[in-house]
Amino acid sequence: MTLEAYLGLPYVQKALLVGVLISMCTALLGVTLVLRRFSFIGDGLSHVAFGAMTVAAVVGLTNDMLLVMPVTIVCAVLLLSVGQHAKVKGDASVAMISVGALAVGYLLMNLFPPSGRSNITGDVCTTLFGGTSILTLQPQEVTLSIVLSIVVVVFFLFFYHKIFAVTFDESFATATGTKTRLYNLLLAIIIAVVIVLAMKLVGSLLISALVVFPALSAMRLFKSFRSVTICAACLSVICTVAGFLSAAMFSTPVGSTIVVANIAVFALFTLGGLIFRRS
Amino acid sequence: MALLTCEDLSLGYEGKAILEHVTFSVNNGDYLCIVGENGSGKSTLMKTILGLRKPLHGTITTGEGLRQNEIGYLPQQTVVQRDFPASVLEIVRSGCQGRQGLRPFYTKAEKKLARDNIRRMGLDDLTRRCYRDLSGGQQQRVLLARALCATGKLLLLDEPVSGLDPKVTAEMYQLISDLNRRERITVIMISHDLGAALKYASHILHIGARVWFGTREDYLQSSVGTAFLQLGGVEQ
Repeated sequence: MTLEAYLGLPYVQKALLVGVLISMCTALLGVTLVLRRFSFIGDGLSHVAFGAMTVAAVVGLTNDMLLVMPVTIVCAVLLLSVGQHAKVKGDASVAMISVGALAVGYLLMNLFPPSGRSNITGDVCTTLFGGTSILTLQPQEVTLSIVLSIVVVVFFLFFYHKIFAVTFDESFATATGTKTRLYNLLLAIIIAVVIVLAMKLVGSLLISALVVFPALSAMRLFKSFRSVTICAACLSVICTVAGFLSAAMFSTPVGSTIVVANIAVFALFTLGGLIFRRS
Repeated sequence: MALLTCEDLSLGYEGKAILEHVTFSVNNGDYLCIVGENGSGKSTLMKTILGLRKPLHGTITTGEGLRQNEIGYLPQQTVVQRDFPASVLEIVRSGCQGRQGLRPFYTKAEKKLARDNIRRMGLDDLTRRCYRDLSGGQQQRVLLARALCATGKLLLLDEPVSGLDPKVTAEMYQLISDLNRRERITVIMISHDLGAALKYASHILHIGARVWFGTREDYLQSSVGTAFLQLGGVEQ
């Protein structure tokens, strides 16, 4: 099949649209997450979501989102807003929750294999790498992704200066009257929702990559918060499209191809950054 | 009425007091230095004045129309800030953030205030530069400009010269002193540097096992002051 014919397929178009929207959201959120030393939260929260999904499967919930979403949101809030003052600090608490949830989830899956599903390793693999699920999207999933992306972008535009203030210096912002607790809470909820949705579509491996790579690449070259944010969002979208198309051309897995595209851009920007600093 | 009054404050963590019976007041135009040994609770006191944590006991009242969120704060630098990709302008403007409420943009007046404070701190040429590429002294001036955007009355400085070389340290002290004398901005400063504290401050608050508050002249005569001075090896 030629690339044009492939792109003509409705389900491929939907997948591309959703991929672009999600990568834009994760890149926007990624800037503040990376700067606050929470790069691994994407990984951590998607493992939490995985753990919650297995619990939902064992209990026999038909709509597992009812359990997965609240659990992930609670973990995100705990990590981001309470985490700053907790005894176990940032990276350690993310690692703890992430590994813990993954282990418990896998254990439960083995102890109580969900009926009708025999391939546990396959299930785990799909959760991590997303498999082909982005190509088999349901119409309501597409709608949900579009609505959510709009919410994230509007939130980001509306609270842009607050997000900057809270990211740069939380104590100063609090002391001068910014409601940092509220913004941290909102940010945590949005991050959790984006990660749960993105995980079902592209897998937890890709989420972490989409959170950290665009932000880090942009920081190599750009020197203001605004340019870094805009650049990260653009890079993320470009890499997703490029990765998606190459995956189609060379029949490689979509998720990992997008990650490789991000790695290539990061390498390029690092090089660019070095050259700029010299001159 | 004083700008800021702290009455019988007790501070500490999880109900355990590390500092008790702190009473002092700051009037408009004062320059108060908070001195004391490491771990005596200087930073905790600062955070309490800023409303970042609650005292175990006692009250803090503001007067002369000063609101709790009108205190300009110069915190100690965090690890996050050292390699933060933000321009000087973005950081200074964020000092206006507290007054913004839900408004998603800065007003003309706020942008002008930021510009004025950048000029005041001599940062005109660095407006578009990236914060992480600046020297330690320049970074402190950026944060001071931001604090000035948040207040016109009261500055709280937490170890403003830590990590700076002697020349830049002297410039920083001079800058703060000018703000205090010429523009009548009240200053509360935490300092390790007793020599500078005694050179510039009008009042001293000594905290630790014994709490002492009064003017600089009285401090030099007090038993707390002379004992601490001998310890610090500073000549009068």
